[in-house]
Amino acid sequence: MQPELLRKLQEGRARRRKAIDSNFRRLGFFLTLTTLGILGILMLNLAMNGLARIDWQFMSSFPSRRAGEAGILSAWVGTLLLMLVTASAAIPFGVAAGIYLEEYAPKNRWTAFVEINIANLAGVPSILYGLMALGLFVYQFRFGQSLLSGGLALGCLVLPIVIVATRESLRTIPSGIREAAFALGATRWQAVWHHLLPYSTGGIATGVILAMSRAIGESAPLITIGALTFIAFLPPAPLISHAPFVSVDWLFSPFTALPIQMFNWVSRPGEEFQSNAAAAGLILMVITLSMNAAAILLRRRAQRNITW
Amino acid sequence: MSLSPDNARQSAPEPVVSDSKALPKVQIRGVNFFYGSHQVLRNVSMDVPALKVTALIGPSGCGKTTLLRCLNRMHDLYPGNRYEGSIQVQPDGTDILGSGVDPIQVRMRFGMVFQKPNPFPKSIYENVAYGLRLQGMNRRRELDERVEKALREAALWEEVKSRLHQMAHNLSGGQQQRLCIARAVATDPDVVLFDEPTSALDPIATSKIEELIVELKKRVTVMIVTHNLQQAGRISDMTAFMYLGELIEFGETNRMFTNPAKPQTEDYISGRFG
Repeated sequence: MQPELLRKLQEGRARRRKAIDSNFRRLGFFLTLTTLGILGILMLNLAMNGLARIDWQFMSSFPSRRAGEAGILSAWVGTLLLMLVTASAAIPFGVAAGIYLEEYAPKNRWTAFVEINIANLAGVPSILYGLMALGLFVYQFRFGQSLLSGGLALGCLVLPIVIVATRESLRTIPSGIREAAFALGATRWQAVWHHLLPYSTGGIATGVILAMSRAIGESAPLITIGALTFIAFLPPAPLISHAPFVSVDWLFSPFTALPIQMFNWVSRPGEEFQSNAAAAGLILMVITLSMNAAAILLRRRAQRNITW
Repeated sequence: MSLSPDNARQSAPEPVVSDSKALPKVQIRGVNFFYGSHQVLRNVSMDVPALKVTALIGPSGCGKTTLLRCLNRMHDLYPGNRYEGSIQVQPDGTDILGSGVDPIQVRMRFGMVFQKPNPFPKSIYENVAYGLRLQGMNRRRELDERVEKALREAALWEEVKSRLHQMAHNLSGGQQQRLCIARAVATDPDVVLFDEPTSALDPIATSKIEELIVELKKRVTVMIVTHNLQQAGRISDMTAFMYLGELIEFGETNRMFTNPAKPQTEDYISGRFG
């Protein structure tokens, strides 16, 4: 082939390759913008419909038949207590399971099977967790349609997230650190307790927050176990005036939560109820986004303090 | 764990300690090591003299690091590893490969310094104190004393005494490695094992570590794996040459480097392979 011809051909190819490259750059930018734009419009829409509705009265009132007098007191208290139960269940179980699988478990077929199924659990539809909780916690253990049952259901739902976050966080610790601890005569337990767990707290906490922000928006499992949509009272206080001064009665109280309250308002006719729903949605969204922001900050801080 | 007599007679090389008058600290006898079904060490026997520096040299994959890690039972941390033979530590004669021996007790007698400096992401003080804490020491005064002593032995005290409670990662690579040495010697181990301790360091940091190792042998037995023949020549009293999992030759460093008995040793030392 003529050298001149070859050169022209190569130039043409290079131009085409560059064109493909820059076309993808534009497409990718556009698609990213679209996704973010949709989220932004959603937020804007919620804010326009609901922002005006958010005031002290809205936060401190029970639901009501009259939209203007209704509020989300029982819903946000319910959500808060649910998260408390969920976290108390999911953190110890999830972290312990993660530590076991990563640091203790032998690598064999049985653990490989367990690992695959943990990944599967993360993909199980949330309503199935609701059914499981209804059968197990509500009827079998007789916890009733309570905060305890709801919190445990959500705990099961996010357990795989906590396990995976724990494992990944442990895996980022170089093996040299483990060997350094073992070489000084540490037991596995001491290596975990003195080193691996403290060094992975940031990553685990990030995973836990992400798990909680997943749980906080769930409604299907709560509806399945029978969370009520109209609750005009608060659960009994955890602190009481007589001995033993703490009470766990609140665990067995019926409850509602923000997504349930929202669902209830959305399904009712009338402009005012719609803006109540938008206001509740806005609050839920702000909580979720700030939890995610906290997770990001925490991850940054953990990375800054611990280097290998 | 015991070696059958037949097997021992078959090919056990005599432990070559003839040209050293030193008392043996560690007596390695007929050690075989298996990673799964793959045999990495073949019938290794040697007497590591007390209060000397013993270098393990040989080409990559010859088993020198594997042998070093047998001495503090590091292989027990991973599944599928198996030891045969015996490793007795003097003066008490404990066989650290014995079935009743707890690897954790072994690791408290054998300090280890690794290839890459691996300080904990904690303060300088806590790094050095950790081994002592594991052994149950928790009185502040006692800990302070021992930490200072260890840091002095690692020639690091003057550089860090004003910032003991700062993070260890703010130190340079060479300082981090000296910190790891301080951490290893703080508990007064019988033997300190060095696994290519200078391979990640620059020449100046390397020479500091080498001086330190020579200084250390006044009170502790040192074993060092090194890829650097000049380093073995500079700092070791005894050199063991390993090849394909076998101990080929073991003797005083001077003699090994000037007048090796085995042709393989000569080939390796003169740079013909490896």
